[in-house]
Amino acid sequence: MALLETTNVVKRFGGLTAVNKMNFTLEKGQIASIIGPNGAGKTTFFNTLTGIYKPEEGSIEFNGHSLVGLRPDQVAERGIARTFQNIRLFGSMTVIENILVGMHTRLKQRGTDVLFRTKAFYEEEAAAEAKAKELMDYVGLKNVGNELARNLPYGGQRRIEIARALAADPILILLDEPTAGMNPNETEEAIRLFRRIRDEKGVTVLLIEHDMRVVMNISERISVMDYGEKIAEGTPAQIRSNQRVIEAYLGRAAAAAQA
Amino acid sequence: MKKFFSDFYAAINKEPWSYIVTFGLMIIGSALVYATPRSLTAFLILLLSPASMYFLKMNNKVKLFAGLILAIIVLPVLGIRNIFYLEVLFQICVFAALALGLNIVIGMAGLLDLGYVAFYAVGAYTWAFFGSKQISLLHSVPGAAPANAPFFLENPNWFWLFIFLGIGLAAFAGILLGLPVLRLRGDYLAIVTLGFGEVIRVLALNLDKPINITNGPQGITPIQRPTLPPALLDALGKLLEPIVGHPVTEAQFYNVFFYFLALAVIIIAVIVARRLEDSRIGRAWTAIREDETAAIAMGIPLVKMKLAAFASGAAFAGAMGVIYAANRTFVSPETFSFLQSIGVLSMVILGGLGSIPGVIIGAAVVVFLNIQVLQTFSLYLSSLRQSDAVIPIINFAWKNLSTQLDPAKYQKLIFGIILVVMMIFRPSGLIPAERRKRELAVEDEEVNSE
Repeated sequence: MALLETTNVVKRFGGLTAVNKMNFTLEKGQIASIIGPNGAGKTTFFNTLTGIYKPEEGSIEFNGHSLVGLRPDQVAERGIARTFQNIRLFGSMTVIENILVGMHTRLKQRGTDVLFRTKAFYEEEAAAEAKAKELMDYVGLKNVGNELARNLPYGGQRRIEIARALAADPILILLDEPTAGMNPNETEEAIRLFRRIRDEKGVTVLLIEHDMRVVMNISERISVMDYGEKIAEGTPAQIRSNQRVIEAYLGRAAAAAQA
Repeated sequence: MKKFFSDFYAAINKEPWSYIVTFGLMIIGSALVYATPRSLTAFLILLLSPASMYFLKMNNKVKLFAGLILAIIVLPVLGIRNIFYLEVLFQICVFAALALGLNIVIGMAGLLDLGYVAFYAVGAYTWAFFGSKQISLLHSVPGAAPANAPFFLENPNWFWLFIFLGIGLAAFAGILLGLPVLRLRGDYLAIVTLGFGEVIRVLALNLDKPINITNGPQGITPIQRPTLPPALLDALGKLLEPIVGHPVTEAQFYNVFFYFLALAVIIIAVIVARRLEDSRIGRAWTAIREDETAAIAMGIPLVKMKLAAFASGAAFAGAMGVIYAANRTFVSPETFSFLQSIGVLSMVILGGLGSIPGVIIGAAVVVFLNIQVLQTFSLYLSSLRQSDAVIPIINFAWKNLSTQLDPAKYQKLIFGIILVVMMIFRPSGLIPAERRKRELAVEDEEVNSE
């Protein structure tokens, strides 16, 4: 059974249908991408998956359970972690605290543990801190644990976001344009990181991405969205030669001229 | 100017100077206050010693020891000689607790609450209602109460239980306020909480009919205080009489008692606030403050956490409300006006939003300015007014100084100016909030080896 399966998901804003009859499946252990022109509804689809928006129609099944109607925090608890298109870190918290916030759903300390500083509390905090440091190493952040997140350079902030998402031990990680604004070197490194996340941690990865080099390089399966609909799906090779995709990206006339 | 201060700080911030300065201030301050119990300067010098204790580098055990001596022995003894100091300290403690509570709501969770004093009112009226004769007066008109009505609770030591009840009820009120405002942020939240604060005050003002619960604008009095064990008072009285120079009355012992009680609450409040801050809960609050959408996407249950912030912030105020009612033996709706909420808010902002030591200093500065500096200055001016003194060059007789020019009346103006100046030169407060630095030993080794 597929890890994630959406059937006929519709999300409207007033008269605008941002996501229209979206059927999408994702197998466990895949690295897949969603691409499409600006305004195609990719991020809206992510937001619908994670519970930030409620779909008007359709069903979303994740790991055998429906996600429709769940709050974002409940979705996160079921094992979907995400990053944001425009980085959304907790700017005036330190890097390590950002990652600790990501662990929120996995920590068991209760109010009484916190107030009376039980042994369980200290043990859990120590373990969480150790894990946070490990994650910092994993994404390649060095010596910045005590820096405020907002003081890090752009690339560093992207890494923190990924580390924060991984902190929740997710089954699926959604990355919304993770390489936007990166230089070629950083992009290379990012691609390697995404592969390691899948290979070493066994986390299924779903990307929204504009950079075609990244998409074609890393994806095992690509879905293309345009005007809220999925217009194509397949392997990178299939997508590259798909007429509708070329049209969506270049416009009908240009596509015709190219052909 | 700035350089001078930082050089000065660096010069005294090392052994043995830190010890000399701290203990010097403590000893000289105590001696001065002892010799001239009414002098403002003397008291100020004494109050500088806890500040230097906080800011200067010293052995932590020495700090703790000096702090305890100051708080448990020196201040109460000096306070008995001039009871006004104990009043100042009591108020500092009360407002510091309120500021700590409000700091949880605004500073940590970022929920702008302009009706915070409502929870203080809930605590105060809880004890005022049960700890007075009010229950037997439910059906009598305010002001026309029979004088010999009995107290509802025969034993005033129920007070201790009611501290916890006040905490519980205030927390409950916090949740009640929280529920309708969960979806609101920023300005909208501020307006609704402001309204909530007014609702509680107006309820207190008008719930004297149809049944007389709050006794309306006249307020409830007398309110019982817990009994102090007479044997202990006797012993302490004998011990203290030679030191303070006069027999200690029961009223003075009550002042000392409330000072200690408020101090205990403050210590507990600081511990609770710090423990909350440095935990899953505190991190979740800060995350909500920083970015609600990201926080919820990380699995933080927004509703639960916001309600928890409102409830725990309110709890601090509830506890202090009960103590305040017992201390004054009187509560009236006037105490819980909107301006009080703003006052506590300005303490939090002045001290440093989100900073626990900051808000305590903020509360101390505001209270001190309010009830001591300005009033002393007023008294000084009025004494000048009664003298024949003349300002030399412009030939202005102090006698002709308008009575409108009374600093105590310009309290709000002076605060306003202080807040404006603060926002320009030190927007993050007297002691800005800092995130806890963690031990990252492994990384440090890497730095060294590189």
